[in-house]
Amino acid sequence: MRKLLLYLVVIAVGVIYTGRLSYLQLFNEEKVATNFQNDSAIKTEYTYPERGYVYDRNGKLLVANQPSYDVMVIPREVKPFNIPEFCKLLRITPEEYEKKLEKAKSYSKRIPSVFVAQMAKKDYAYLQEKMHRFKGFYIQKRSIRNYQTDHGANVLGFISEVNNSDLEKNTNYQSGELIGRTGIEKSYEEVLRGVKGVRRIQKDIHNNVIGPYKNGRLDTLPVNGKDIQITLDAELQAYGEKLMINKRGGIVAIEPSSGEILALVSAPSYDPDLLVGRERSKNYNELHYDSISKPLYDRGLLASYPPGSPFKTLNALVGLQEGVITPTSTYTCHHGYIYGRSGRKMGCHCGGGKRNVINGVAKSCNAYFANTYRQIISKYDSPREGMNVWSNHIKSFGLGDYFGNDLSTGRKGLIPTGDYYTNHYFKHDKWHVLNTISNAIGQGQVELTPIQLANMTAAIANRGHYYTPHIIKKIDGKPIDNPHFTEPKHTTIDKQHFEPVIQGMHDVFSMKKGGTARFLNVPGIEICGKTGTAENFVKIDGVRTQLTDHSIFIAFAPKENPKIAIAVFVENGYYGARWAGKISSLLIERYLKGEVTLKYMEKEVLEKSLEEEYAKPLSGKPFTINE
Amino acid sequence: MSREVKFVKKIDWLSILLYFLLVGMGWINIYSASITESAGGFFDMNQLYGKQLFFIGTSVAIIILILSIEAKFYERFSSIIYVISLASLLGLMVLGKNINGATSWYAIGSFTLQPSEFAKVATVLALAKFLSDIQTNINYFKHQLFAFAIILLPPMLIMLQPDAGSAMVYMAFFFVLYREGLPAIYLWIGFSLVLLFVITLKLGYIYTIIGTAVFGLACIFIIFKKKLKQERKTTLALTSLVAAIGFILAVNYIFYNVFQQHQRDRFTLVLGLEKDPVKQEKMRQTIGFNTNQSEIAIGSGGFWGKGWQKGTRTRGDFVPAQDTDYIFTTVGEEWGFVGSSVVIFLFVILLLRILNRAEQQKNKFSRVYGYSVAAILFFHFAINIGMVIGLFPTVGIPLPFFSYGGSGLWGFTILLFIFIKLDANRINEW
Repeated sequence: MRKLLLYLVVIAVGVIYTGRLSYLQLFNEEKVATNFQNDSAIKTEYTYPERGYVYDRNGKLLVANQPSYDVMVIPREVKPFNIPEFCKLLRITPEEYEKKLEKAKSYSKRIPSVFVAQMAKKDYAYLQEKMHRFKGFYIQKRSIRNYQTDHGANVLGFISEVNNSDLEKNTNYQSGELIGRTGIEKSYEEVLRGVKGVRRIQKDIHNNVIGPYKNGRLDTLPVNGKDIQITLDAELQAYGEKLMINKRGGIVAIEPSSGEILALVSAPSYDPDLLVGRERSKNYNELHYDSISKPLYDRGLLASYPPGSPFKTLNALVGLQEGVITPTSTYTCHHGYIYGRSGRKMGCHCGGGKRNVINGVAKSCNAYFANTYRQIISKYDSPREGMNVWSNHIKSFGLGDYFGNDLSTGRKGLIPTGDYYTNHYFKHDKWHVLNTISNAIGQGQVELTPIQLANMTAAIANRGHYYTPHIIKKIDGKPIDNPHFTEPKHTTIDKQHFEPVIQGMHDVFSMKKGGTARFLNVPGIEICGKTGTAENFVKIDGVRTQLTDHSIFIAFAPKENPKIAIAVFVENGYYGARWAGKISSLLIERYLKGEVTLKYMEKEVLEKSLEEEYAKPLSGKPFTINE
Repeated sequence: MSREVKFVKKIDWLSILLYFLLVGMGWINIYSASITESAGGFFDMNQLYGKQLFFIGTSVAIIILILSIEAKFYERFSSIIYVISLASLLGLMVLGKNINGATSWYAIGSFTLQPSEFAKVATVLALAKFLSDIQTNINYFKHQLFAFAIILLPPMLIMLQPDAGSAMVYMAFFFVLYREGLPAIYLWIGFSLVLLFVITLKLGYIYTIIGTAVFGLACIFIIFKKKLKQERKTTLALTSLVAAIGFILAVNYIFYNVFQQHQRDRFTLVLGLEKDPVKQEKMRQTIGFNTNQSEIAIGSGGFWGKGWQKGTRTRGDFVPAQDTDYIFTTVGEEWGFVGSSVVIFLFVILLLRILNRAEQQKNKFSRVYGYSVAAILFFHFAINIGMVIGLFPTVGIPLPFFSYGGSGLWGFTILLFIFIKLDANRINEW
């Protein structure tokens, strides 16, 4: 043993050291040769590609690029120089200089950080000449967005500097690079981004360049991002935004035959150009912290509202499909629907009398749909089972779930099932169909986003199928072939049941039939639509307070071979025909005719503002609603 | 057969081959690590590699000289050499030149000599002489003390320079003493103390004391269970326990109150005592700078390395002291895993070879000498490479045969070749 000890120790140390070497040299990702980030002997220079352009469905250029110049800093290479002069050139104070330098240091002493982002061209030209005096700083050219339109900010989205969590998630990005943050910039980031070019340069300890690393064998050229064409009609989008000035809400217009989104308006909006250039972060903060009008919040995609009366069309379809009503069967309306042991009443403004499915839709008879809904649910052994069947039908219109499409954001909305009521809402199984009767008229628990409402309208327009709404039309000149977008999705309602409902929606515009939107006709266009007025509540100082109803409208046109399906939500706009119906008629005319003849209607919409209405709940004073 | 032919046949050519391989590889790496823009040819004496080439040349002369001196000379003159060596260390206090805060050199013009590199040879000779004395019995406490004195005198003088690294190497002699019969208890005590030291720092003294106490009491419990010589063993166990707890407290006190911050930091870093990742990163950048840089350089070599003179970090002088203590980083970066494991392999082979030859000596002096050579070289090898690859706290000692430096190369050459001479002479009558 005494003789063996040193032998064993020598061999053991040999083995341990070889093991450690294999860890350091073979298995330690962080330190292996190919990781140039960690090798301060190698300087990596990037050439940034042009981000892909964005065109509208008619080929109009919406988003292009402009050069931008970032002042970058490598903290450990900063040598003393005339700081006041440098600050003057960059138009920052010496305090800001210190703060920015500290921030860069805390990120990394070796890896470049952005010091001043997105300088204007004229500043750059002046600074460039003097840059050599400021060791440790250099100018990085990038390409930033140049918007050719003032509209569609929510659809186009914006790009911004990658943050630390992006850097952790994706090692392809370096600090200071730009990434699509919202809208199509986010959902098509990889298409638009392109591939940056890389040059590796060998340096010595004194930071002198020795030459290209491995004679440039590892270097690559940048590949420009691909141009994309989106489904938006820029004219329609701009017109929609114009009509929504001084109002809040969302508009979604879809081409029923393809699912292409023609317009996606969220009001209030902002000029996309605000989020470009040196003022970007200031502007962004203003938009971000505007908690009252929330311009960054895409109401078309995110705001889930009770759908109100347009939802009756679905109940009619489900009723027909389930056979509880026929095109000719009737219910009598007693100026409302009286139900329950205590004789509760759901009011109705249709005028009373016998109602069938067609004039039930046209006059938006609450009683008719309460009856229909009750019959649907009661057809089954338990309300829970009936609700589940009902819910499946409704969901087949693409409601109650995400579309899984190429919009960067969305909401599920809510289509309650029987299970939902049992497990989450009532928390017992003893509930009655009448407990949920509000769903008959699109109040109650049902919630939809404008895009869901528009999709539902498109499915009706198509008589039973829809294409998942999407925003991409072509990538790099090639039409999309994603089956999720190009294959139709069928509803559970048979085709023949749509005709009476569509007839009813057509009669909505009929003077003779007394439709709810009879004053909103567009000459020469056969429109089908449905008004909606949805009660809504907010909490003011903890008190549930009712606000003026939301004005809602869905429509498609023409009746045969529809070209556009639209849903309009105007928050607190009162009844459907008052705002949403007008806006929808104007947009349909504009889209189908290319011009607007309903000048009086346009004038009215443009001139009246809802700002007073929105100010009411904030005023702190008592107020009246629905006036 | 003439005497010369016999000598040539008996000499251990494998060790010599390994020696020249290591020296040659060392020089190639020193060349890469030290070359500057203004370099002339290989013999440019303004360049470190040129100087090293000169040191290698003189080493060859030294080798010839050593091999031609009578083997008996080394044994006979060992005491005198030892005394001279001690004197040379003492002399530093008067005549020494201070370089980088340590008075370890004699300087004659631009030429410097580091006596501590030669003191090892002298100590080995003296210890071998003492242990091989027919009257020495290492089991006697008095003789143990004398052996300790031989071993510890030079490092004590070296500590005054101060040069903790060079002094530390003398711990290698405990392997030798153990081999020659020093009771195993010394080794166990030593091992236990190192273990307690590390555990105390790692877990904190409170937990260590609790753990030690539990362990000690468990031992006592077992002693009672087995009912064997209870009293004596219990006393021993209790004494050890008290001593251990005292040691733990002492370690805790010394570490936080006697150690200087930079020494403390080195342990903190290697033992991973700093939990805060931000502070840890900061330590790696500051006090762990050398280790961090050397790990990066070695790691960047990958499997095959970047090739001779192609190491980006070697060329950029990213690793401090890369031609001396950190020469192994150049191997790692430019020759990769293949090159660096070959170097480790060669060292291990050389050490095993020396051990093997030492065990075959009939003469005790030669055996102790050879064993000491292996132990000293092993300590240098283990501490140096351990430090470079981040397994050992930063201790500034050279890698034998590899690192730049005349004194070091000569010292190791003399150390090794005296043994080769003794070994070649083994069957000759004394």
